[in-house]
Amino acid sequence: MRDINISELEQKFQAKIDNDVKIEPNDWMPEEYRQTLIRQISQHAHSEIVGMLPEGNWITRAPNLRRKAVLLAKVQDEAGHGLYLYSATETLGADREETIDDLHTGKAKYSSIFNYPTLTWADMGAIGWLVDGAAIMNQVPLCRCSYGPYARAMVRVCKEESFHQRQGFEIMAHLAQGTPEQKAMAQDALNRFWWPSLMMFGPSDADSKHTAQSVQWKIKRHTNDELRQQFVDVTVPQAALIGLTVPDKDLKFNEETGHYEFGEIDWTEFWEVVKGNGPCNKERVDARRKAKENGMWVREAANAFAAKRAARKSA
Amino acid sequence: MNSLFEYVLRLGDDSLILGHRLSEWCGHGPILEEDIAMTNISLDLVGQATSLLGYAGELEGKGRDADALAFLRFDREYKNVLLVEQPNGDFGMTMLRQFFFDSFRKPLFEKLQHSTDQHLAAIAEKSLKETKYHLKHSSEWVIRLGDGTEESNARIQESLNTLWRYTNELFFTDEVDNELVEKGIVPSLQEIQIEWNATVTAVLTEATLTIPTNNWKQEGGRKGLHSEHLGYILAELQYMQRAYPNMQW
Repeated sequence: MRDINISELEQKFQAKIDNDVKIEPNDWMPEEYRQTLIRQISQHAHSEIVGMLPEGNWITRAPNLRRKAVLLAKVQDEAGHGLYLYSATETLGADREETIDDLHTGKAKYSSIFNYPTLTWADMGAIGWLVDGAAIMNQVPLCRCSYGPYARAMVRVCKEESFHQRQGFEIMAHLAQGTPEQKAMAQDALNRFWWPSLMMFGPSDADSKHTAQSVQWKIKRHTNDELRQQFVDVTVPQAALIGLTVPDKDLKFNEETGHYEFGEIDWTEFWEVVKGNGPCNKERVDARRKAKENGMWVREAANAFAAKRAARKSA
Repeated sequence: MNSLFEYVLRLGDDSLILGHRLSEWCGHGPILEEDIAMTNISLDLVGQATSLLGYAGELEGKGRDADALAFLRFDREYKNVLLVEQPNGDFGMTMLRQFFFDSFRKPLFEKLQHSTDQHLAAIAEKSLKETKYHLKHSSEWVIRLGDGTEESNARIQESLNTLWRYTNELFFTDEVDNELVEKGIVPSLQEIQIEWNATVTAVLTEATLTIPTNNWKQEGGRKGLHSEHLGYILAELQYMQRAYPNMQW
């Protein structure tokens, strides 16, 4: 076998990326690129799956049949996203069950926003509008990510997320135009979810350890702060449109830059929640672990039955 | 009594309450694929409930729409069978409950799609397509779990022993059915029961399960006499409508 120099392979790899040629599962890739993608895609998958819980919390209490059906469909979409994404990690050689176990042991992270509780029906609106809205900002550039299977999964995910964002905004708009109780409920949800939504873009560029390399590999196309700014610029006028107040006394529009300036994010809270000290971290991971443990006998039975069936066929 | 209203209400309540029960699984399924499947079936059932209760409201003619019927009746006014309000239990219990229900609904909708009542026929035709998938899914799981491991067999056998007493109520017949059968609007449930027996016997046999010999029957749902479980289902289902009366969502 010809001894190919690693640095030559790396150069070819980077050249592909520079020319916007997608990297596919069987292509050579640096181990670090593979690991970065497995980490990022599995975190994304876990976020979809853990993200089913705060919204699932309101399915049985949805206020009417239409809202119930839409919420069910939305949470089901998230399960579907989780499935594509776990499959994408499998194309990189990761094992789905091991990946899931990493979530359960706390080794793998997921979006911290899902560690906040959903206390009222308006939280379904706030999550769709803000959380799915922030997710879209993060994910639209991923449709052009250098890794083919991830980029393609993101195209479909983004279409659905955009529908989710609109349904969330529609819930909020409806409440904001409703009775005083409904409007108060909407404002309270915005107050609670605004800052955690800004935190969804991750630490400031100065403190983000993965950004530079990921930008060079075109896994990431924009920095955390760029995306956060874009989110604020889009969302603040939407809040104004429906008569809700963004809970930030420092928020103001800068005519010169054309952007909103916003207050300091409480990074202590962010890191505490990442470390596991958010209001629902334990409940969320426990719920997922319990689902896996309670389902063990079902998976064993399915495997045993499949083996019996195969044996009968070959007999 | 408006028999057709009562009949459609019963069908609608079965879908509503079972859809509610299944939706409790959302996010907690034994595997991701089943989380998706159960949410999907729940969504179909909520859709059926919307069509059926909407039509029931029209038949009643008192200005109640699907939401008013789903969310604003009292406990004794719900007409679902007791089977669908039973707690989820483990995954096997949920699949078996679903299987008993699907085995009933499929032949029922096959007949109802030819009903002389066009509106009911249209709902049945659409629901039948969904129900065929539901039955395929639930019967495959009953077979897999029955003929899987020793543990899965023991678990689902226990669920079978628990749920069997609620199956007979699926064929509960009173003056409502009699009137509509006579008019040729709905099929006789005796015919449906013959088909149900055949499906259930075939699947449970393939699943290597033992059909309970205890034929003790539990019923009352069709007359609004429920188990203790329904009250808690309604407490959740109706929470928003009761806590915030007369608001649009």
